This record gives sequence, C-alpha cells and structure tokens, in this order.
Amino acid sequence: MSATTSGTSTEALMEAEFERNKEPLRPARIVLYVFLSITALVWIIPIFGAVFASFRPFEETVREGAFSWPNSFTLDNYREAWEQGDILKKYWNTTLILVPALALTLFFSSMVAFACSRYSWKFNITFLVLFTAGNLLPQQIIIQPLFQIYNRIPLPDFMSNSGKLNGSTWGLILIHVAFQSGFCTFVLSNYMKLLPKSLNEAARVDGASMWVLYWQVIMPLTRPALAALATLEFTWIYNDFFWAVVLEQQGADRPITSSLANLGGEFATDDNLIAAASMYVAIPTLIVYLALQKHFIAGLTLGADKG
Amino acid sequence: MASTIADSSATSDSARAPKRPPKQRYRKPSQFRGRDRTVFYLMVGIPTALHVLLVWVPTVSSLFLSFTDWNGIRFSDMNWVGFLNYEQILTVFEKDFWQAVINNAVLLVFLFIGPTIFGMFLAYLLDKRIRGSRFYQSVFYTPVVLSLAVVGFMWQSVIYSTDNGLATQLFGGGESVDWLGNQSFLISFGDNYGISKNFIAILVAIAWRHTGYIMVLYLAGMKSVDNSLREAAGLDGCSEWQAFRHVIFPTLKPINVVVAVITVIEALRAFDIIYVLNTPRKTEVLSILTTNNLLGEGGGNVGRGSAYATILFLMCLGFVIWYVTNHYKKTQEGAES
Repeated sequence: MSATTSGTSTEALMEAEFERNKEPLRPARIVLYVFLSITALVWIIPIFGAVFASFRPFEETVREGAFSWPNSFTLDNYREAWEQGDILKKYWNTTLILVPALALTLFFSSMVAFACSRYSWKFNITFLVLFTAGNLLPQQIIIQPLFQIYNRIPLPDFMSNSGKLNGSTWGLILIHVAFQSGFCTFVLSNYMKLLPKSLNEAARVDGASMWVLYWQVIMPLTRPALAALATLEFTWIYNDFFWAVVLEQQGADRPITSSLANLGGEFATDDNLIAAASMYVAIPTLIVYLALQKHFIAGLTLGADKG
Repeated sequence: MASTIADSSATSDSARAPKRPPKQRYRKPSQFRGRDRTVFYLMVGIPTALHVLLVWVPTVSSLFLSFTDWNGIRFSDMNWVGFLNYEQILTVFEKDFWQAVINNAVLLVFLFIGPTIFGMFLAYLLDKRIRGSRFYQSVFYTPVVLSLAVVGFMWQSVIYSTDNGLATQLFGGGESVDWLGNQSFLISFGDNYGISKNFIAILVAIAWRHTGYIMVLYLAGMKSVDNSLREAAGLDGCSEWQAFRHVIFPTLKPINVVVAVITVIEALRAFDIIYVLNTPRKTEVLSILTTNNLLGEGGGNVGRGSAYATILFLMCLGFVIWYVTNHYKKTQEGAES
C-alpha cells in the first residue's frame, strides 16, 4: 500500500520524488484525512452501538436515551440471550455443518479444478462453465424442487430427527458443498492453471500416478489459494441464513445465523437483548476476519483477478 | 442454457486445436493407464454429480414445475396447467409481483449508484499514500464479514429502534419513528406502486455492508495499475479527474465486470435482511415471494413458487451467460497464445 505513489499531479510527483517516505501534509491531504476519519467513524457506529447497547440494561437506555453516558455495566443481556436463545446448542449445530461442509467443498472442488485445468480433454471447459454458472444462480431458483427432493429422501433415525434428508444436518452439508463448490472450482482452476505445465510431465516421467500428482504435487502448491478460500468459505457457510431457514425448519436444530429468524420474534421488545444476540452471531466471523484478514481479502481478489 | 455456451466453446476449442503446437498440450485422459483413468473419472464424477443433482436438476425442475399446479404432496396430484401460474401472478397477485419487481430493480440501481460509486471512491482515496490505510480498510470492510441477517438485526436494535434508535434520536425530533414499519411511499409510481420508506431504510443497511466489498475489489485492481502510467499522466498535466477517467478507470475493466456481476446477482438474491426484519409489506422482493409459496401459510404452492423462481432465473440468465462466455473465451485465447 505504502509503496503506491499518488502521482496525480506533477507537483505531487516531484514531492514524491524527493520525499519517498514522507507524505507532505498539504491542505488537500488534511481534507482527505478528515474525510476518511469521519466516514470511518460513521461506518463503525452500528457495530459500536450494538456492543455499547449490549452491555447496558434496557431500562437505562429507555430512560436516558441511546446517546447518554452509561451509568451501569451489565452482562445480563448476554446471560439472558445465551439461555433463551440456547446459543451453545446453536454454535454446536453450526460446527456440525460448517466443518464437514468446508472440508468437503475444498476437497471436491480442488479435484474438479485439477482435472479441468491440468489436463486437456474434450469437456473440461464445459465442466468449468457448469460450475461457474451454477455458482451465480440465486438460491431461491433452486429451493422449491430441492425442498421436494429432500422431503423424499429417507434417512435412518440416528442420522436425522425428522427421518428425512429435509430437516437434517446432512442435507445442509450437502447443499453447501454442492452450491459452494461452484465458486471454489472456478477460483482453484484459475489458480492451478498458472502452475508450470512441466510439473505434469515431471510427474509422469517419475512414474507418479495421477493421484500422487494431485495430492502431493499440485495441492501443496495450491495452498495459498486454499487458505484464502477456506477463510472466505468459513464466513459464507457460517453466515448462511437461507438454506437453514428453509431446509431446517425445527428452530432448535438450526445453526446460529438462521436462528436469528426465531430470536427476532422472542426478543422483539428488548433492543439491548437483540444487540447481545447479534453479537453472539457476529463474534466468530469477526474473530476469523481479524485473525486472517490477509487470506480473507486474498480470497475475494482471487475470484476477481481473472475476471 | 449452460449446455449452449459449453457447446459453442467446445466446438471452437476443437476447431482451433490443430493449430496448437503439439508440445504445449497436456496429456489427454484417454492416454491414461487403467487405474489413473478410474481415478480421473471419480475425481470429476463425484463432485459433478452432487453439483448437478442439487443445483442444476432443481433449476431445470423449477422451469418445468412452473407450468403445473403441484401442491408438493403426491406426484399424482400434479396437473399441467400451461401458463396459468404466470397469468395468476399477473392478475391476482399483480400488486405483490410488480412491487417485488420494482423493489428488485430499485435495489439493483441503488447498489450501482450508491455503494459501487462510493466504494470505488473510497478505494481511490485509500490507494493514495495514506497513513493508516490498513486501519481504514479494516473499518470499511468489517461489515462485509457479517451475514445480512445479522446486519438487519443490528440495525433494527441500534439504528432503527422506534424509540431509542440512533436514527430516531438524531432525526426524529424527539418523537418515535417507525423506520422499518412505515409502508408509505417516498417516491410513488402511479397509485399502487412505489419505493416505500421502510424499503429505503433496508437499502441503507444493505449499502453499509456492500460498500466495503466493492472497495476491496477496486483497491486490488488499483494496486495493479502500473505506476508509470500515473506518472505519465502527471507529467502530461492531467487533472486528477482526467487521470482517473482516462488512465486508471480503463485498466479496471476486469474489476468492473466482476463488480457488475456481483451486484446484479446480489440484487436478485437479496433475501436474508428482508426476511429477518419481517416488516409488514412493501419490502418484498422476488426471492421472498418464491419462498413465501414454500413456507408458512402460503406454503405448498410449488407451481406458483416455481413460476416466481423461473422469472428470477430469466432475469439473471443474461448476465450469467454474458459473464461466463466472456471469461472462458478469454481463458481459451490466453491458453493459445
């Protein structure tokens, strides 16, 4: 970032030439900083406001207004939301869906990407087009028939409370893998295509099987893209609301994000309780984002780079 | 539809194939040894089967089911009704339908002129040498990692709360304001349609999240702009706007394509925030109408729900084809050169 010069006017250029490491504080620069700071401040208000409200008793907010100085600090909102919302159970539901779905998505899409980008065969572009286009469809186009299909696939009791794929964790894992593998295949095939072609030849000369080439040569080299995608897909699958609302209609079995649909009604009268509940939902993604910011941004731009 | 694009690209592929230097080519699967061949088919076959079965089969089924009156219970109850569902949508459910189409269109236009331009502007500013650029980026990007459902929930409690919301206290003039319940039109088209005030409240929350997304994409694009281009523009005495318009913007073309696709698809997919805020009316979009025919009181209308889904499909079809053909045409040319 700091290496990019603005270079928009000759004057700026000359200055940049002489003072590579110091930005001159001209009036235009000051305006820029003021503008950015104010915008950033405005931007953070909804999140900051939610954190602020969540630690305050609702009576105090009502009595003194949301802008007032806080007189009391409380964890009651979090305690109450935790119990009423059954948050621990919801986190667990999410984990059961997220971990297998994430692993399978990356595994499946890396295999297709490998086969389509490292070998030249009659239909490799056809397959990539299929996955890329599938990833662009709105989920709501799929949902009516998918719901009917899920309703007609029986599962044994130990796999599903409803006795069907509909309403089970398995169903959600499958649709996440099927739907998300569109984007991941697209990104990974773009990435694998850039690896040297000679790798294939070298592996063949060494007598390595196709699986060895995939798992021991190409996959380790694809690690940066996989890390970026894993971070991105973590948030996307975690943030899923739609699939779970429709395909997991039992409130208690829902993952955390879609359980917001129920909490909204239960907590309707207490804004600070709603704020605490939304913090519970937001915190895991915020932690992942802050810890893995670089991968996160890389994932988005990997998808965009080859536009 | 995917097969038409695929066919054309496949034929052009084989038509050009002889011109390629043979040493450049990868091995074909037909040259594999027995075991490799099985591995290859499994590697492609299993993921593709899952994707086709759960994504493409339902998509095509939606088109088919939209011409039936199926209630989703027994297959024997299914009758072919031709365009009846579409006729009903345009007559009985006319008001819901057109309001939803308007809302989708407003969302689309809004995303382009609001978050897209502002996101590009922020990216442009952050691309200058700025102290703490990383900090600003993080702030603007943070909302993007939140689900739109959480965004709705947060804004409902913090900003739009009828009595204590920040928006109420700032702009309400001491009175309570029902930001999310106010169905009256701010801009009306005729007597029955328009852009309702509660929909605008939702748009603002969506923009808060979408801007950071766009900013990151453009920022990545701007970083890859060759600095010598800017320096040349500076030496030629271009104004800031001229340099952006004629030097930086043209190099962002690939990003523009991606942003256009993301924005169109997001506008057609929008669901979570509208569903979670559950405001009385006038905020429906097509995705909500589709789902309403599946869940709750209106449930079991597979035919009509599928008709809404088909309309949604037709609306995004053009963009999907445009993007995919554009991308893979380029990839093929790249592979040959």
